[in-house]
Amino acid sequence: MRRFFGFRSAPAFAIPPDVASDDVPPSCPRCGVSLVEDARYERYRVCSACGAHLAIGSRRRIAALVDEGSFRETDAKLFSADPLSFTDDAPYRLRLDEQRRVTGQADALITGTAGLHGHKIVLAALDFAFMGGSMGLVVGEKLVRAAELARERRIPLLSIVASGGARMQEGMYSLLQMAKTAAAIQRLHAAGVPYVSVLTHPTTGGVFASFASLGDVIVAEPGALIGFAGPRVVEHFLGRPLPPGSHSAEFLLEHGMIDAIVPRAELPATLGTLLRHYTRSDARHDGPGYELREPAAIGHD
Amino acid sequence: MIDVAEHSAVAATPTAWDRVKLARHSERPHFLDYLEALTTDWVELHGDRAFGDDRALIGGLATFDGQTVMVLGHQKGNDTKENIARNFGMARPEGYRKAERLMRHAEKFGFPLITFIDTPGAEPGIGSEERGQGTAIAESLLTMADLGVPSVAVVIGEGGSGGALAIGVADRLLMLENTIYAVASPEACAAILWKDAGRAAEAAETMRITAADLAAFGIIDEVVPEASPAHERPKDAIQGTGAALARHLRELTAEFPPHDAGAIERLRAARYERFRRIGAWREAEPTTRHSDEGGISAPRNGRSGEPRESAQRSG
Repeated sequence: MRRFFGFRSAPAFAIPPDVASDDVPPSCPRCGVSLVEDARYERYRVCSACGAHLAIGSRRRIAALVDEGSFRETDAKLFSADPLSFTDDAPYRLRLDEQRRVTGQADALITGTAGLHGHKIVLAALDFAFMGGSMGLVVGEKLVRAAELARERRIPLLSIVASGGARMQEGMYSLLQMAKTAAAIQRLHAAGVPYVSVLTHPTTGGVFASFASLGDVIVAEPGALIGFAGPRVVEHFLGRPLPPGSHSAEFLLEHGMIDAIVPRAELPATLGTLLRHYTRSDARHDGPGYELREPAAIGHD
Repeated sequence: MIDVAEHSAVAATPTAWDRVKLARHSERPHFLDYLEALTTDWVELHGDRAFGDDRALIGGLATFDGQTVMVLGHQKGNDTKENIARNFGMARPEGYRKAERLMRHAEKFGFPLITFIDTPGAEPGIGSEERGQGTAIAESLLTMADLGVPSVAVVIGEGGSGGALAIGVADRLLMLENTIYAVASPEACAAILWKDAGRAAEAAETMRITAADLAAFGIIDEVVPEASPAHERPKDAIQGTGAALARHLRELTAEFPPHDAGAIERLRAARYERFRRIGAWREAEPTTRHSDEGGISAPRNGRSGEPRESAQRSG
């Protein structure tokens, strides 16, 4: 995981992977309190004692966010074609196989449709467990397809980001996904369809500097590490450690870069309220409102 | 390894690392050298109207090939003093916000856009984070992707990551022969992949960052040849670049006249399609068992490993 821009260098942000709790009784890495039988931890991967937001897999995150049973996955079988035939210490293809086996996913982004407080949404969630949530061709293409679906159906797009940035193993193709996703979000803006971006720990590099920063509304989770350059890059550049608290959600809020910090457990209610506003907005425009379609009628399952 | 910074006689086929050193050569012509030689009537337009004026990313109006164009470019210094003033060509958020402002300006008046890319990358400092480097780059990408005038970008030195792409979302993308364009610098790639920046030369090879590589991928439209490295024959490099820019711009303005609303909508659609078409993926579970390949040998040809179902090919 260290290969993605070194977000582990700041101990305050060191967060363990979202492992099944069968092997070791989990305890909070921040306050040390046991997380056994912690209901907030079970549902949200948030420590009840100190409020630390721990790593959460994207499927668990989606389940904790959307209306029960409403999620319909799209483009689940889009796989990297390894465009550079890349090898570093091991062939990229083998690494992808390994990541697929460990995560049970084709690549780092899960997309689909869902209901949220009764509103239809198109959802795109990056999973940090899959190669640090890095964006290569598959992530870029799936994000664009999700944005196009949102535009065509006039359904709000919600993206949830956890990413170290571009995927080195796909070289310039990865960089170009920044342009491609930004272009797709622009089409969404031009069509008057809402886009809400949720930034979680960590959000850095090419993902932060493209679609993640282009939401009509941008919210972040408390304590999330967020920045264009990861802390290690900045430390290398400056030749000294980062000032405490830079590259955090709170730092971005203070400097006017995001709209709000929303705790994970409050996100469904906050988003539900936002969506209600945008539903009213759309009623003043041409085209169908968001509530005209059944969630189950959308999707490829 | 040949040190091309000191030896003008480069091996017949320069390595990727040779190209990196040529691309960074301090005597290589920089943006303002091209501007001075290729345009007239230059009026620099300063400032982002919010915070400051970035000296590493500059722009303005000029006459090129008989018409007014908006020109943007990263500017490196020719000596240490100027490099400090130019922040070594590393733009800050106010630079990208100025670029975005000038793109909109070009759109308003129907002036085509030409950009010159030459940066190690966007500046990663604390001040840049405070002022929203990620947001500024993202918004520049979005604006350029949607711009209602034709655009041509040319990499004249280093194409460094998002800081380069922010002014590179063009209808045509050109690179001089001895330039590079990469998702991260070879040093950063080596640090990320092997935790050893000293393996930059190896990373340069692996990352496929040369003009020839990217032309083969269909990511760029043309390689502007350098019969001799640009720092040895700067006039040739500049004139060759000017001729290529003029040709592409004429083609674009003929096909998409800036004041024809219908043509501009086609231009936007064509640009979006251009970026959607680059790259390949598989639409089904990979069936190849890597154990059949001995478990280690990936195909060396970037075109092999054909996706079984996808029209999305480089091209």
